[in-house]
Amino acid sequence: MPSDLDIDLSVALGDFRLDVAERLPFAGITGVFGPSASGKSTLLRALAGFESARGHIVVAGETWLDTARRIAVPPFRRRVGFLFQDARLFAHLDVAGNLGYAARRAGDADPAISFDDVVGAFDLEPLLRRSVDALSGGERQRVALARTLLTRPTLLLLDEPLAALDLYRKAEILPYLESVSSRFHIPTLYVSHAIEEVGRLADRTLVLTDGRVRAFGPTPAVLERLDVQSIAGPLEASVVIEARVTGHDTGYRLTRLDVGGETISLPDVAHLDIGATARLRVRARDVAVATARPSALSIRNVLEGIVAELVADPDSPFAEVLVEVGGQHLRARITRAAADELALEEGQRVYALVKSVSLDG
Amino acid sequence: MEPGAIGLTLHLAAVTTLVLLLLGTPLAWWLATTRSVLRPAVEALTALPLVLPPTVLGFYLLILLNPTAPIGAFWVEVTGTTLTFSFAGLVVGSVIYSLPFMVQPLHGAFAAVGRGPLEAAASLRARPLDAFFTVAVPLSVRGFVTACVLTFAHTVGEFGVVLMIGGNIPGETRVVSIAIYEHVETLRYADAHLLSAALLGFSFLVLLAVYGMNRRFPVRAF
Repeated sequence: MPSDLDIDLSVALGDFRLDVAERLPFAGITGVFGPSASGKSTLLRALAGFESARGHIVVAGETWLDTARRIAVPPFRRRVGFLFQDARLFAHLDVAGNLGYAARRAGDADPAISFDDVVGAFDLEPLLRRSVDALSGGERQRVALARTLLTRPTLLLLDEPLAALDLYRKAEILPYLESVSSRFHIPTLYVSHAIEEVGRLADRTLVLTDGRVRAFGPTPAVLERLDVQSIAGPLEASVVIEARVTGHDTGYRLTRLDVGGETISLPDVAHLDIGATARLRVRARDVAVATARPSALSIRNVLEGIVAELVADPDSPFAEVLVEVGGQHLRARITRAAADELALEEGQRVYALVKSVSLDG
Repeated sequence: MEPGAIGLTLHLAAVTTLVLLLLGTPLAWWLATTRSVLRPAVEALTALPLVLPPTVLGFYLLILLNPTAPIGAFWVEVTGTTLTFSFAGLVVGSVIYSLPFMVQPLHGAFAAVGRGPLEAAASLRARPLDAFFTVAVPLSVRGFVTACVLTFAHTVGEFGVVLMIGGNIPGETRVVSIAIYEHVETLRYADAHLLSAALLGFSFLVLLAVYGMNRRFPVRAF
């Protein structure tokens, strides 16, 4: 049985048109990222059967849609778990009633997720008798996520589940979202317009703009692309790189990591074991570029690399430099004047000076 | 007081409400969910009894239901009684006359529920009919109460249609409004007063109950 999500569909909604043809691995979390009105939610709704689409959808060998063969499985027979941005809990039932609604209709389908499993995993015991109206935004999403899992879905579709929450609530619910994939092993599509969420949660990312796929691949590789970064906006411009922990310096309280042969050091992250892979987020504005290895400098992280891409918008004071370091990329935001003065060009050997790095997820 | 007329009126109103609940619910659901081009036409048809004089409605019903017309003849064939000047005929007339009072509140209630909860239900494996009874109906419970009470009360107040197709047969078609009319015609004002006051009080209490209920139960269904 092919274990992937084979999508080739088009949806027309008024003037808007969504065209996606992609084969997604049927495992882990796939981020669907893009600006608003790029078709992210429409893609999810078409997968769930809420929007009529043309083309085909084959989920792990099961055909949900094939307009050529006149197959369109109705939404209630597609085994998707759909988490809506606004939770959509049933106001006439309490929390236990909402969960029971899903559990009763799940039948004995696999994966065998029980009521108690979910209540335990999402810490819902104290909420069970609560009225839905009496829940906070974060609690609502937690209940909705639990309710979705109780349908024992083969595919989870999360439609901007954090968008309606404030920062505090987001931080509260993120660990639960992460546990869905790691604990219940349900392949997940995670839609978001927030690059940090995608960077933290998704194993691979699909980027949509104007109803078309702009990029698809492993999350770090996709998010470092400059054209993708421009969607995220200048403030969030950053890359995620993967690094291997090589040692802890207990004297200076630093952790050393290896990035393609180059060394990066971080303020002590003792919980990372040596040999473990860490995801590091590096913001473009924290990276400077030098054409010679600088000495007598307080910045400890100097990585040798090659200019892979240089984008200088004549209307902007800034230039974006993508520096390849051992197969991964760092993004640097420098002034256009500096880029000209250094005579930077693609293929050139440079040194990326990294002022600060944060651990990502 | 006239126990016969009052009992008959309540009986007619109850049967009409029940029939309309069964017919009006699917119609209101269709109106609230369809994308058909026919919707405005059906909506207009449903609202017609609101604007037509009851005599016009009664006149057409008389034409349709009398024993020489196909429907009326068929009824005589099957039941041995006529539709006109009978309780059954009054039910048919009342169902049409009170149709908008059942359909419009339900239509509004279903529209207020919207697609959201039903999509959620579908994503939780509820079939459409299952979702209708377990999500749409409980969330529209206020609409159902309003629709039933208004239908019942409006049928109690019916006069013109009854006069046209039912006449004034005690125990069969002589409802309260007809009885009052007759009392006035025969100058028995005391009897007319009594029945009128009873109808007035009843109508006020019914409306009070509806508006009171709307206040006490916000969205909660049970």
